[in-house]
Amino acid sequence: MRMSPKPIQSFRGDFTYSNSPGAIARFPFPFPEDEYMYSVNIEPHVTPGPEGSVFEFLFDIDEHYLSEMHERDLVLKENPKRCLAMPHMDQACWDLIERAMTSLSTDYPQHFTLQREGDSWTWENKLLNLKDSFTFGDSSTLPLPPMEYIGRQLQGDIALLDQRDGDLFLDAGIVTCPADWSLAFDAGMSFKEWHGPVPMAHGMGIFDRALKYLCAIPQGRPVRRLNWTLTINARMDTSPETYSEWGADRLSVTPENVADKVHLRVELQVLDRMSRSNALMFSIRTYLISLRDLSTNPEWAKRMHRVMKDLKPELIEYKGLTRYHPMVVEWLSQFDPAN
Amino acid sequence: MTIDKIRVRVDAIEQVAPLIREFQLVPVDGELMPFSPGSHVIVEMPDQPRSHRNAYSLLSEPRDAACYRIAVRLQEHSRGGSRFMHEQVKVGDELAITPPANLFAPNWGARKHLLIAGGVGITPFMSYLPALQRVGAGFELHYLFRSKQTGAYRQQLASELGERCYLYDADEGIRCDLGELLGDQPRGTHIYICGPQTLIAGVQEVAQALGWPTSHIHFEAFAAPQPGYPFEVELNSSGRTLAVDGDTSLLEALEDAGIAVPSLCRGGVCGQCKTRVVAGEPDHRDQFLTADERAEGNCIMPCVSRAAGKRLVLDL
Repeated sequence: MRMSPKPIQSFRGDFTYSNSPGAIARFPFPFPEDEYMYSVNIEPHVTPGPEGSVFEFLFDIDEHYLSEMHERDLVLKENPKRCLAMPHMDQACWDLIERAMTSLSTDYPQHFTLQREGDSWTWENKLLNLKDSFTFGDSSTLPLPPMEYIGRQLQGDIALLDQRDGDLFLDAGIVTCPADWSLAFDAGMSFKEWHGPVPMAHGMGIFDRALKYLCAIPQGRPVRRLNWTLTINARMDTSPETYSEWGADRLSVTPENVADKVHLRVELQVLDRMSRSNALMFSIRTYLISLRDLSTNPEWAKRMHRVMKDLKPELIEYKGLTRYHPMVVEWLSQFDPAN
Repeated sequence: MTIDKIRVRVDAIEQVAPLIREFQLVPVDGELMPFSPGSHVIVEMPDQPRSHRNAYSLLSEPRDAACYRIAVRLQEHSRGGSRFMHEQVKVGDELAITPPANLFAPNWGARKHLLIAGGVGITPFMSYLPALQRVGAGFELHYLFRSKQTGAYRQQLASELGERCYLYDADEGIRCDLGELLGDQPRGTHIYICGPQTLIAGVQEVAQALGWPTSHIHFEAFAAPQPGYPFEVELNSSGRTLAVDGDTSLLEALEDAGIAVPSLCRGGVCGQCKTRVVAGEPDHRDQFLTADERAEGNCIMPCVSRAAGKRLVLDL
């Protein structure tokens, strides 16, 4: 089933965010096995994927669209540096505009339309009541800088990676719902620099192999992977910039509220080659589900218990789960009596 | 949408040098996509007894999605691909190409771009030039060729680029002094070389002697598998055995047998076709695997590499 956007819910304060049964059914549960191993786990993002799934299209638009765009607006108003584009990334930003507008208008014609006559484009986003005419490639004809303009209409964070000297550089992006990383801090860094903190992975040669693979991604053949962590409350913006607002949330977990407070946070990461700039788009589409909602699927609940129970200590520490990990395992154990 | 292949029709063919033909390709349906300077496509050629797949640089204006242009040099020891393009392909024929991929993009942070082309190696620079001019970048083109064989587009380039175009026709005895050229460049210059391996190695050697940082030197070789001795390859999953003759690459032999192996550059550079070796010793001819990976001996790039002995067993 395809998801229609519903009225705005909050990812802060009173946390009114909720998943409908349809959103739970299509949640991208990330564990294919009972034991979690860090791996590159990249696969082709072949579109159209299964109908109604989060993998159907290049950009997934779901029932949380309006809520996420509202949250993005709040974050950008608090801190405009959550969106940036270095001057040499202008062409890449326009590549992203083209890729996003052509994909969305084809995949969701009920919500988005695009009219093109040469470089004269008219874009309509009916969900946000936007209709803009502009000259493709001329940033002065847009109401906002190109990265922010399109970023405010796409769910999930987006980074544009410049490729040079066989390496990738984080030179543009809009990042308002990160899992504890900062665009302003990582801006301009190379692939290995911004992956510096991941434990256990360097010795495995994972990054060398992944970098070579990513640099060779051609146009028309995007790839994807899933990443995950746990988040307390349905908080989208868990960034270092706002740590003072959410860091202490971890202390609020109790055996009584663990099922509603703790959310599995899954990132659908897609990498797609941009046409004119040869930049690599890295989109990070975040899905949140409470343990209680997750447990409505008995297979997921059982597997989640096994994965959590056997999670390596380094990863518990890296993902910041130390404080409440035992409560998560204990609550999930009811769904996995054999273990 | 995922795009694996694009059907194109040959709209025009032009002899642009004694041994080089240019092909204009237009989409059979829909649109082509814009591309970045230095991009290539793989052209599939439906020859008999087996098809060929060769990589060719796009030499058209990168923003033009109406038509792609490629140029093919007839190779003296053609394994079939360039001969097929020259002798079989006619205006109106349909071919399949992959979407553009780029393993040779300009570094836009360069203070100056020094382009060195050898023969048909001019092709990737044909898409660089409009982009460099558009952004007002500093550049020079140094074009080495033999006018009895190559030298395509040289009059056009000379008139369009004026004093930024330097021509060296070896058949007229005009040589490029690489030491002088590389020794007289401002700091922050990036060098791009496309041409035969001897030219690339020559520039690298001079650059190293002059202390150029390797990060400022970019090259694209004519990536084509070289022939070798015939051998057998066994597929571990099925036990099936295939014969690879001397003129066929391992990748082509696998594809001819209907085994899908992802590939991109088909010249040992990009790493897409990396395959695990279960038994047998590979003869590594790629530029992708590290020394450590080669020493482990458990993977091979079948687009260019072969068996050192008579038999390989692959994890396929």
